[in-house]
Amino acid sequence: MSDGGWIETAKLHMNLTPYLAGIDGEMLEVGLISRARVPYGPKIIGDPDTGVVHGGVITALLDHTSGMAVMAKLREPMPIATLDLRIDYMKPATPGEAIIAECECLKVTREIAFVRGIAHQGDRNDPIALSSAAFALVRGMPFVGDRKP
Amino acid sequence: MEILVRGAEKGLDAAALLSAIPYCAHLGITASVEKGAVTLAMPFAQHLVGNPVLPALHGGVIGSLLETAAIVQMLYETREPKLPKPVDITVDYLRSGRAVASYARARIAKQGKRIVNVHAEMWQDDETKLVAALRGHFLIAR
Repeated sequence: MSDGGWIETAKLHMNLTPYLAGIDGEMLEVGLISRARVPYGPKIIGDPDTGVVHGGVITALLDHTSGMAVMAKLREPMPIATLDLRIDYMKPATPGEAIIAECECLKVTREIAFVRGIAHQGDRNDPIALSSAAFALVRGMPFVGDRKP
Repeated sequence: MEILVRGAEKGLDAAALLSAIPYCAHLGITASVEKGAVTLAMPFAQHLVGNPVLPALHGGVIGSLLETAAIVQMLYETREPKLPKPVDITVDYLRSGRAVASYARARIAKQGKRIVNVHAEMWQDDETKLVAALRGHFLIAR
């Protein structure tokens, strides 16, 4: 199925998100697995003593990448809204290293999309956080997704 | 952190803590204390936007504000000299975060010896219309 350049448009759009740009983050990949990265830097520090990144940065990156995974699965522009997001923090992020989020949209129904994600610093088998999110699809535009004809 | 060590003795200076945490300063979060509860405020700023078309606050910014509210309230009540570590959080998004100031407040639902369960809420101009709510577990670092 052709996506009519939607994936590229979406990637560009998500890279232009002011919040992500403000922490020097970038989308790396949009697709079955969507990936984003935030480099280590002073703005994202949550503990000035240890230099450990604020949990909110990891939450934000996973939220952002989860949304991107939904858009990739939808394959066409449609507004989506996060319903809920759960983050399990496995361990503190190592200061000085970039954070990578990888998310996969496991299921799209007519109204809802379900996404799982992981945040790590280079080794997927040693995650810093896991995420689980549900998104509402804001209808009113043509919808292809997973829905059977 | 010096602020926390001092806070353990004399009571937490929440505003000073927030300006000492670089990410909170980046988001522009400030604090005020009333009746034993810390209220956080986050003025609207362009770099908090997730969807420039609406415009709406980034969901991650909302999560960050709520998580910060939980952490500050825990430090304020427990007077622990170290930052608590998040174990897990769940954020329910109830409304879109508009391009106006946001506020958040947290309360400790249960404090164990090492693990604290905290609930936090965020609103904008009407405190009865929540934008988002968080519940989470945090480890008291010793």
